[in-house]
Amino acid sequence: MKNLLYRHETYVFLAIIIFVTVVSIINPAFFTLENFFDLLKSASLMGTFAIGMLFVLISGGIDISFTAIATVSGYTIAVLLLRIGDSLNIILVFLIAALIGIALGMINALIIHNFKIPSIITTIATQNIFYGILTVITTGTWLYGFPKWFGDFATIRVFTFYTSEGVPYGLSIVTVIWIALILISWFILKYTVLGRGIYAMGGNTLSAQRTGFNLFGLTLFVYSWMGLMAGIGSVIQALLVQTVAPNSLVGKEMDVIAAVVLGGASMAGGSGSVLGMILGVTMISILGNGMTIMRVPAIWYNVVIGLVIIVSVGASAYRRKIFTRRKVITETTSAGGQRAA
Amino acid sequence: MTEPFIRMTQVSKHYAGVTALDNVDFELQEDEIYCLVGENGSGKSTLIKIISGTVDADPGSMMEIQGERIHSHKAIDAIDRGIQVIYQDLSLFPNLTVAENIAMGEFVSEHRRLINWKELTKIAKRAMARINVDLDLDAQVSEISIADQQLVAICRALTRDVKLIIMDEPTASLTRREIESLLSVVKDMKSKGIATLFVSHKLNEVFQIADRISVLRDGKKVGVFPSHEIDEEKLTHLMTGKKVEYQNFKLSSNGNEPILEAQMLSRKSEYENINFQLYPGEILGITGLLGSGRTELALSLFGITHPDHGEIIFEGKPVKIKSIQDAMRLGIAYVPEDRLVQGLVNEQPVGDNLIITIIDSLVNRFKLLDKTKRKKNIKRWIDELDIKVPSVGSPVRTLSGGNQQRIVLAKWISTNPKILILDGPTIGIDVAAKFAIHEIIRELARQGIAIILISEEVPEVYNNCNRVLVMRKGCIIKEFDTSQVSMDHIQEFVNGTY
Repeated sequence: MKNLLYRHETYVFLAIIIFVTVVSIINPAFFTLENFFDLLKSASLMGTFAIGMLFVLISGGIDISFTAIATVSGYTIAVLLLRIGDSLNIILVFLIAALIGIALGMINALIIHNFKIPSIITTIATQNIFYGILTVITTGTWLYGFPKWFGDFATIRVFTFYTSEGVPYGLSIVTVIWIALILISWFILKYTVLGRGIYAMGGNTLSAQRTGFNLFGLTLFVYSWMGLMAGIGSVIQALLVQTVAPNSLVGKEMDVIAAVVLGGASMAGGSGSVLGMILGVTMISILGNGMTIMRVPAIWYNVVIGLVIIVSVGASAYRRKIFTRRKVITETTSAGGQRAA
Repeated sequence: MTEPFIRMTQVSKHYAGVTALDNVDFELQEDEIYCLVGENGSGKSTLIKIISGTVDADPGSMMEIQGERIHSHKAIDAIDRGIQVIYQDLSLFPNLTVAENIAMGEFVSEHRRLINWKELTKIAKRAMARINVDLDLDAQVSEISIADQQLVAICRALTRDVKLIIMDEPTASLTRREIESLLSVVKDMKSKGIATLFVSHKLNEVFQIADRISVLRDGKKVGVFPSHEIDEEKLTHLMTGKKVEYQNFKLSSNGNEPILEAQMLSRKSEYENINFQLYPGEILGITGLLGSGRTELALSLFGITHPDHGEIIFEGKPVKIKSIQDAMRLGIAYVPEDRLVQGLVNEQPVGDNLIITIIDSLVNRFKLLDKTKRKKNIKRWIDELDIKVPSVGSPVRTLSGGNQQRIVLAKWISTNPKILILDGPTIGIDVAAKFAIHEIIRELARQGIAIILISEEVPEVYNNCNRVLVMRKGCIIKEFDTSQVSMDHIQEFVNGTY
């Protein structure tokens, strides 16, 4: 446990505690169960995207196109809901969105693997293509007025409490979906050869190949997974706001990347954890929520997020630097590998 | 002698008209430690690639493994036949734990879907037990020493039923003590019936460990020798085809005034109370183990880091070297230890790398780069240091190590330095190229440049320097006049056995 000091997650966690304490002192309404469940519900959207981004970053890539993928799948299900909404159900909606997401993610993977184009360039291009085609077809129309069952599903709660005024609140079904996705991701990353392969590829691509990992398979999985999360995220978005607007997601990529990087994933690949991702998403979410509660003008939001990222990532990088410097010195005295007697 | 593990006869390999291997016979016993030596381009890496199945030999070549005639030998077949290669870059995953690095391949090759962490740890422990090493299984590989990383790579090879381990330049980045430890692991493996095939530039190791040594030159086998029947001089002669005489460097003349003087220089947890003088025209050696502070000191003299205490006196006046620009203005040049990381822009052409340090002086009156001046300068250095390049437009990464090192040298010599600091100038380059570089360094000293030569190889500083400083744990523990002491005496101080 002495390594706790060297773990990035510790610093993000501390930052969250400090921030929560400060906001709670200024406005006690922040530290309530109601606000907590509310936060979890609104964090689920970014959190779902962040799961996909975590996998991509660990593998050593990046995906800018996921908001466009989510927009395409969100718009498609919205159109379907309006046209044949009564013959659909929530499972089918998720399934359709998931398939669209996976298909578009696969396109990214195929381009990145076959043409060896850096993922950032590929996905900037595909973002423009996916989003561009959608805009041409839809001319930017907003869609709303979904079937009643779709609205009802969004209000399902697992536990229900009531405020003193009798307003119900509790753990939203949307949050439950996010938590389920988190558990699946954690299992994949920790207990499957596939998950370790993603780490291996991000750490040293050539070695991964020599070890016998199927690099194409890994790439395909990672970007499809990102696409899947974009698809699921698009349904969550539709559930939360009951409106689908073509321009509501594109442009928000950086918030998601920021959350995952804040959680300790490296842009160079090979590192990142599910716990860190959760903390990063939590941090970014409570920043927004906390600033609203403290009545800080919304225009300051970006400035604060930027500062938090620099301070938190900087602090752990600095710890690491000191740690490495110390290591060089101790190695001088214990050089030669620890041969057992 | 029993049946050899591997027997190859009349192995040849041609790449697009170039002969890489020419009718080479090769034989390796089951528990033998065998060394393959030769200069760059002698065909030793081609031979390894054929044995490890990554390259096919030409038709007509014959290969037998454990008495069985082999027709198809792909990489996966080689692994199945018990042949494992430890690449020079070790091919590890820096972001994963020691245990995972060792055992991951097992899970992948058995097409498993799930990881059983208990089993993974058990596989790793079993591999470590085979060579009696004890590493922290949960440590991340990027955080352990290079020597330990090497042991991880060996343990990984041992998870399979391995009969032959091929090590490509295993000692290039290890300290002397680490090498000793590695060699004892190799002997351990021999006692368990595992053969080792070494490829190495460092000849003194070859004698220590090998049962037999095979010398390759220009794709042909020059000979196979039991290691006790051959000495270093003869081996060098066989490798290069020419007689190279090593004359110790004699100080021709030096000024009475030191050009550089360090007084009580200290930097927290790097080096402490460093005092020395450097005279024009001399080659001052600094040696010590990895992490002894030798490189850290050089970085401060060049303004990359800054000492916490103490003074640097340049030509009699105290100076503060706050930046690389300051150092260059004083006439200090630095050739880094890791030329690939610090010294060269690998993707850029040879020509541009050569002139990068003097680019300010190659402009015309419009302050734009003058093409004629540029061309003239590039040509001058290529000729002067005899750099072999396909064209000045080829990217630096395509050159051999020796030629890359010459470009780094040229880059700094062209600034007309008064002081040249060379950190490990011959790491990873072959014997002949090494001699050539040493010759260039001596010539520069004769021209009056003061040179600091930093190297962990005691023979290198002993032969090329008039004075040698030995560093340990950040301090200079002893200064030697190389004409007064023996090489072994200095070595003892470096190792701390004195």
